[in-house]
Amino acid sequence: MALLEVKDLRTSFKTEDGIVKAVDGVSFTVEKGQTLGIVGESGSGKSVTCLTIMGLNAKRTTMSSGEALWKGKDLLRAKSSELRKIRGDEMSMIFQDPMTSLNPVHTIGKQLVEAVQLHRDVTVRVAKARALELLKAVGIPKAEGRIDDYPHQFSGGMRQRVMIAMALINDPDLLIADEPTTALDVTTQAQILNLMKRLQEDFGSAIIMITHDLGVVAETADDVVVMYAAKVVEHAKVHDLFNRPQHPYTWGLMGSLPRLETDTERLVQIPGQPPSLLRPPSGCRFHPRCPYVMGVCRTTEPKLLATERDPSHLQACHLDQETKDREANKLIESTMAEVG
Amino acid sequence: MATEQGSNGQMELHGDELLVVDGVKKYFPITRGIIFQKAIAQVQAVDGVSFSINPGETLGIVGESGCGKSTLARCIVRLLDTTAGRIMFEGRDITNVSRVAMRPIRREMTMIFQDPYASLNPRKRVGFIIGEPLEVHKLGTPAEVKRRVQELLEVVGLNPEHYNRFPHEFSGGQRQRIGVARALAVNPKLIVCDEPVSALDVSVQAQILNLLKDLQDDFGLTYIFIAHDLNVVRHISDRVMVMYLGQVSEVADRDTLYREPKHPYTGALLSAVPIPNPERGRAREAIVLEGDVPSPVNPPSGCRFHPRCPRFVEGHCDVEEPELFPFGNGHVAKCFYPLERWPMTAEEMRRRGTARAQEEPVQA
Ligand SMILES: Nc1ncnc2c1ncn2[C@@H]1O[C@H](COP(=O)(O)OP(=O)(O)OP(=O)(O)O)[C@@H](O)[C@H]1O
Ligand SMILES: Nc1ncnc2c1ncn2[C@@H]1O[C@H](COP(=O)(O)OP(=O)(O)OP(=O)(O)O)[C@@H](O)[C@H]1O
Ligand SMILES: [Mg+2]
Ligand SMILES: [Mg+2]
Repeated sequence: MALLEVKDLRTSFKTEDGIVKAVDGVSFTVEKGQTLGIVGESGSGKSVTCLTIMGLNAKRTTMSSGEALWKGKDLLRAKSSELRKIRGDEMSMIFQDPMTSLNPVHTIGKQLVEAVQLHRDVTVRVAKARALELLKAVGIPKAEGRIDDYPHQFSGGMRQRVMIAMALINDPDLLIADEPTTALDVTTQAQILNLMKRLQEDFGSAIIMITHDLGVVAETADDVVVMYAAKVVEHAKVHDLFNRPQHPYTWGLMGSLPRLETDTERLVQIPGQPPSLLRPPSGCRFHPRCPYVMGVCRTTEPKLLATERDPSHLQACHLDQETKDREANKLIESTMAEVG
Repeated sequence: MATEQGSNGQMELHGDELLVVDGVKKYFPITRGIIFQKAIAQVQAVDGVSFSINPGETLGIVGESGCGKSTLARCIVRLLDTTAGRIMFEGRDITNVSRVAMRPIRREMTMIFQDPYASLNPRKRVGFIIGEPLEVHKLGTPAEVKRRVQELLEVVGLNPEHYNRFPHEFSGGQRQRIGVARALAVNPKLIVCDEPVSALDVSVQAQILNLLKDLQDDFGLTYIFIAHDLNVVRHISDRVMVMYLGQVSEVADRDTLYREPKHPYTGALLSAVPIPNPERGRAREAIVLEGDVPSPVNPPSGCRFHPRCPRFVEGHCDVEEPELFPFGNGHVAKCFYPLERWPMTAEEMRRRGTARAQEEPVQA
């Protein structure tokens, strides 16, 4: 049994202008000890997917369907009391926006101690020691001196690391990390990624890593899901995704990378505007921006299917295999040439 | 032309800099006590930073998390009072100007905040948030403001349908772009960008970076660009300043900094950039900085980097504080034992060449 199995997950929000389908039929599984990377366009539904799994969307304006089986048990149908028990203990999340998830009126230390005591029957002293241990592990200098500070007294990256400490404090079985290192310099980032790797080694934990940093995905993930406009457009082993990407959106993403090795005045960007989720494009949602668009793309939505050669490589695109292989090769060659 | 920084730390100015930051310090008191707040120590968040920027230039700022970049940015736009030092904007000392006198300057100098959500009013609609600076400075009729806001939404890659939404109804990257649109609204001369693209996928990121460059080409905008992504910083910047624990540790034009870094901290940073290729990336050998991250409450003696530096020389680096030594063309680095070449492995970095201090002074 997979640790987490997400099946046909859908989440929509009521807004004044209509229904926003933020997640529209997303499926994937996460195995023990594995890291699943999720990449995709800003606004494509990555965070909402994870918030839905955790049961953290505002109830009043949200509708969800599908299944999220946690150790076989459907979280979408679980009682809130059950969810509260799982969250922060078996399963925890590093939120994208640290300031909104830390309480501004409580000290860092108090919040960390609470996170421990909510799930463990330990004294304040023990909990505090654990909090300090974690703050040190995430690289907060002289943690003893800063544990009584308030969130606003920390820098952006320090807050992010407090969030990380909080998510790791009970050694979860699944860590959902939503852009966990955006506010960190590369050396601190490396330290945090190591810390997560250690969690994985010591406890066999699984990780869902949402990130825009393709370098981080390449270095940490086993499998990668690529999202565009509320849907999964590609799903593959990390090696296959970087060596044989199959979807034009994925090509666009990889082609937009600024690289240390090259000097270009303008970066390549995918032409056109991000799609509306109130009125998504017909057929393939990427078609208005796709350089390879064909008639069928405008009318028929492509299914997420395995490629002929590899049952584990899923992609949703009408292009024929030959064209895909040729374009993927072109892209890889051009980036390789730059990298040298 | 980049401003030279003399070895005595004094800046040589030529008079038409857009912004001059001169010896700026910002200390935060650490207080304890319930009824009587007593200052027991100070966080030396920014500790004597000097630099200048010419009109139309982009200065990238990189450095470890917590080294004082955002604090410096907030001092520059006068959201924080400085503890010491001077800030000159267009030749005018704005270090201590009143809020009223500062108001017209806020049109010339805007900021994109690192924490997008915290900087947006949760109870206001996005159309209002982006248009507010236009209303405050009375730039246009309501219809004109609305048109401008819609145009701004589009250039940052948001939809017209987003006009009526509240900040919490957006994704992280969409919120960040609301902040970008707001900073652009008033056509400022200087934008202090604090991690402006960190939450964006690489394609939208490219769109924003291209936009910033276009605006610079068309209107001569000047940017201070704080970011952790070294690829992005390299792409956008003319010059790059590296900070460590509240101080400047290296400044150079961007090609020089990336090709011939002199400070060991810069080297460590460059070696740790993740590579978007599973094979090469996992094989890469980053230079790991050992030792505890020092605290800005009690900075290390001598060179602040010495407890973690692979080339640390006992009795020298921990005793004497290095100056910003010049390497020509405005390249300066605060190190007694600068890197002889680049790239280097950690092991090579440990083996020092000649000591900088024993050389003849280098002609800048
Ligand atoms: N409460 C809400 N009401 C209406 N729309 C919402 C709400 N929350 C999110 N959305 C929309 O749902 C879509 C998906 O949002 P989500 O936060 O999952 O994006 P994301 O993929 O995480 O993007 P990013 O990379 O920018 O963080 C976005 O287009 C967003 O505008
Ligand atoms: N209001 C405050 N009170 C006390 N200390 C503060 C305050 N604001 C910032 N600091 C401290 O000043 C130091 C520098 O913070 P700053 O936010 O400038 O760092 P930064 O370089 O922007 O880091 P990051 O890359 O993580 O955003 C940190 O140690 C921080 O805890
Ligand atoms: Mg998100
Ligand atoms: Mg900051």
